[in-house]
Amino acid sequence: MTDFDYIQPTTLQEASKVLSSDGINTLIYAGGTDALSLLKNDIYKQHKVLNLKKIEGLNYISFDKTNGLRIGALATISEIGSSPEIKENYNIIHEAANEIASPQLRNMGTLGGNLCQRPRCWYYREDFDCIRKGGGECFAYEGRNKFHCIVGGGPCYIVHPSDMAVALLALDAKVVIHSNNGERTIPINDLYVLPQDDPMNETILKPGEIVKEIQVQPPVKGIKSGYVKFKERDTWDFAVVSVGAVINSTNGIINNVNIAFGGIAPKPWSEKSLNKSLSSVRINENELEGKLKNLFSNAETLSENAYKVPLVRNLTKRLLLRLVQ
Amino acid sequence: MIRRINLTINGDKVGIDVQPSMRLLDVLREILNLTGTKEGCSIGECGACTVVINGNAVNSCLIVIGQCEGSEITTIEGLEKNGELNKLQKSFMEKGAVQCGFCTPGMIMSAYALLLKNPNPTEVEIQEAIAGNLCRCTGYKQIIEAIKSP
Ligand SMILES: Cc1cc2nc3c(=O)[nH]c(=O)nc-3n(C[C@@H](O)[C@@H](O)[C@H](O)COP(=O)(O)OP(=O)(O)OC[C@H]3O[C@@H](n4cnc5c(N)ncnc54)[C@H](O)[C@@H]3O)c2cc1C
Ligand code: FES
Ligand code: FES
Repeated sequence: MTDFDYIQPTTLQEASKVLSSDGINTLIYAGGTDALSLLKNDIYKQHKVLNLKKIEGLNYISFDKTNGLRIGALATISEIGSSPEIKENYNIIHEAANEIASPQLRNMGTLGGNLCQRPRCWYYREDFDCIRKGGGECFAYEGRNKFHCIVGGGPCYIVHPSDMAVALLALDAKVVIHSNNGERTIPINDLYVLPQDDPMNETILKPGEIVKEIQVQPPVKGIKSGYVKFKERDTWDFAVVSVGAVINSTNGIINNVNIAFGGIAPKPWSEKSLNKSLSSVRINENELEGKLKNLFSNAETLSENAYKVPLVRNLTKRLLLRLVQ
Repeated sequence: MIRRINLTINGDKVGIDVQPSMRLLDVLREILNLTGTKEGCSIGECGACTVVINGNAVNSCLIVIGQCEGSEITTIEGLEKNGELNKLQKSFMEKGAVQCGFCTPGMIMSAYALLLKNPNPTEVEIQEAIAGNLCRCTGYKQIIEAIKSP
């Protein structure tokens, strides 16, 4: 591990100033549950580490019925998972948070870090000079790829590991990004990029940009939401495939639904055509099976991951049945 | 760059001069000689290194000491008071919840953090609280029993 200088700003302004002068060599550090492993494995080589945790006013969860939900980047996954307001109004976030890692990791891990964590691809994490680290090849393409993507891949085939990102995408959340040049607010979908556009980064964040806050619109009356995650190990694990849905229905008929998928693509994924095709559908097993039978039939599966196609269809069906019945 | 880090460990205020990049686990074991906290996987997967910081169970293998400035840390050594073991420690012994013992300090610290917030947990709540702790000897049944009735 490269030895590093440890910088502890107490305001966002101070942090941005440091980052604007040497953003490329400075690693933003929150809970460190992902960043420390990346430093230890020399995937990250920055020689300055900027601890966000001493910055005042970045750890909050605030909710009201007119403005909706605001979560500060430093709120921990356990604070999010145990918030009664989130449970009552945004069950999908509650369920996704409680599916993340172990209690110890949820106590340290933050929302900002969760959204900006790096992929778990074993070639990326281990000693392979892969495309994501600036090399010339994606070793998963012809190697071991059981957990890799089935859509959106090429030239690199990672899946994005964040559970919170999937839940927040189904809710069309917004991300507030802070830098020395000011603040901008973007839809969470625009935070993430595909490898074809940038094979070395999962987000559009430039060196020195900090995720400051997540915003979710107020819940519409009668809306239901939830998150299902299939893991290889039941106690805790990263998602093999996960599905989040926000649904508005009357008497078992869908008015509208927003579905997001994890574990299948290099970014949290949504299929607008699926959401559209489900409106006015009566929720029962047969109807759903019909509507979902071609979901991801265009998937470009690799040698070991074709099982994800039926898995994602079944999880989607299971979640919608649970939410409406 | 060496820095002075002030924290409270098992009730004692200490100031340590260390590299802020040193892991809390190494500070505990190598500088403070608190070797009750164990190192298993070093990547957040086994829970052997669990300690309690400001009332929450965390993995000391994934925390650098720089992040601990001002915190209150409890390790397995801090549970014994005036020569008497904590009721959780006694209960682990009584229920036969210790086999090789390697997971035990971490397991007890996860249980301790649970009982701080929830003195009468259900079996499911206990299972959830120790989900991040692996016992290679697989004595989970006795461990859960011990946490249920300390
Ligand atoms: C064993 C294990 C199991 C896990 N299981 C899961 C799981 O099931 N689901 C899941 O979603 N995650 C899982 N994780 C990933 C876990 O690290 C995240 O869930 C955690 O929330 C990361 O937060 P952090 O604050 O520790 O991030 P850090 O480690 O501090 O940072 C992670 C990355 O984000 C960047 N970053 C941090 N905060 C910001 C910010 N505000 N703005 C810009 N960049 C930022 C850092 O530079 C770094 O690159 C697991 C991790 C481990 C070690
Ligand atoms: S040593 Fe820390 S979790 Fe295994
Ligand atoms: S008692 Fe041996 S690992 Fe748990």
